[in-house]
Amino acid sequence: MKVAITSSGPTLQSNVDPRFGRCPYYIIYETEDGSFKAVENKSSLAAGGAGIQAGQNISDMKVEAVVTGNVGPNAFRVLSAASIKIYSGATGSVKDAIDKFKNGEYKETAGPDVESHFGMGRK
Amino acid sequence: MEWVESNYGESEKLIISVASGKGGTGKTTIAVNLALSLSDVQLLDCDVEEPNCHIFIKPVFESSHTVFIPVPAVNQNKCDGCGRCEEVCLYNAIAVVNKKVIIFPELCHGCGSCTYFCPHKAIEEEKKEIGVIEIGKNGETQFVQGKLNAGMMMSPPVIRAVKKHINKKKTVIIDAPPGTSCPVITAIKDTDFVILVTEPTPFGLNDLVLAAEVVRKMRLPFGVIINRSDLGNKKTDEYCARENISVLMKIPFSKKIAGIYSRGDLIIKALPEYRKEFLELFKKIEQVKINRG
Repeated sequence: MKVAITSSGPTLQSNVDPRFGRCPYYIIYETEDGSFKAVENKSSLAAGGAGIQAGQNISDMKVEAVVTGNVGPNAFRVLSAASIKIYSGATGSVKDAIDKFKNGEYKETAGPDVESHFGMGRK
Repeated sequence: MEWVESNYGESEKLIISVASGKGGTGKTTIAVNLALSLSDVQLLDCDVEEPNCHIFIKPVFESSHTVFIPVPAVNQNKCDGCGRCEEVCLYNAIAVVNKKVIIFPELCHGCGSCTYFCPHKAIEEEKKEIGVIEIGKNGETQFVQGKLNAGMMMSPPVIRAVKKHINKKKTVIIDAPPGTSCPVITAIKDTDFVILVTEPTPFGLNDLVLAAEVVRKMRLPFGVIINRSDLGNKKTDEYCARENISVLMKIPFSKKIAGIYSRGDLIIKALPEYRKEFLELFKKIEQVKINRG
């Protein structure tokens, strides 16, 4: 199964980025064989609707689960419609997050856990 | 109203927009005082996120109408989930997953691209209310303002709706929103002259430079009014001189003027000598139009 982890950089040593829609990279990890690739998030600088577009792109990549820090309401709607499972609350390195995911340490997220525009850096 | 259906072709009158870049420099002050110095005038408040000309004009409103934008609604019987609507939406207002279209109306700009490009004609448009236009007058001065509903992000459709009421038989003064993005461009587009109101501070100058770039790109004739002109520094004057931008008027920083403004009064009424200054301002702008043919 393909898992997307929101990442601040293109390697497994990079930190998990807490933002789903506006993280700079996704690490797409294949649980079958442990292979991975880094994909740049083209939505990270979108004027609006970053979470929606990111959800669309993740869905187009046939990802089945997302591991991230937070997910907003619009992204949640798209990912849910695409039957993609969401695991939020991840911190630390991408590698740690993958290990925890494989060990079943994350609980599936039942709803959005931040408001819209969380990832835009506004307080 | 009869003047709504005016003949656009026969206009010899000026349409003047008042913009600024930086907010709070005095756009509304200039717009209302210029408008009420003139006769046979129409004032449009296109700062639809916070229209405030009415405070000074004190119009009697005679009619109002709602502004809608079209937002897509999918006819599931015709949709095959091809995803074309998602591809053409510039505003990320549509996602298509598992062959199902998800629409986010709050992100829709009402551009109509999804409807146009849908190969199956599966998109039907619904009307979404985004604001209101109010039309009134004070004496001979016609007044139109747009108000964007709270929580809405898209002001250009409301601004366009205000501008549909332009009466070309009258001199038209448009109070534009601050900034340099779509709302300002929508407000100043197709006007004969743009007044950029600034203040001689680093912030004022920074935003004036940006606004001047926008106006130049739109090839609109423009000039600058320096408000609170004895504050700050000389850099705004130097910039205008260097760039060959005419400074049309200067208004000093004055407690008296601030007081007049705060009470919602007009400078030209409280300090009648200013009426002459505003009339001269208008003459200068007319001269630009004559010189350009």
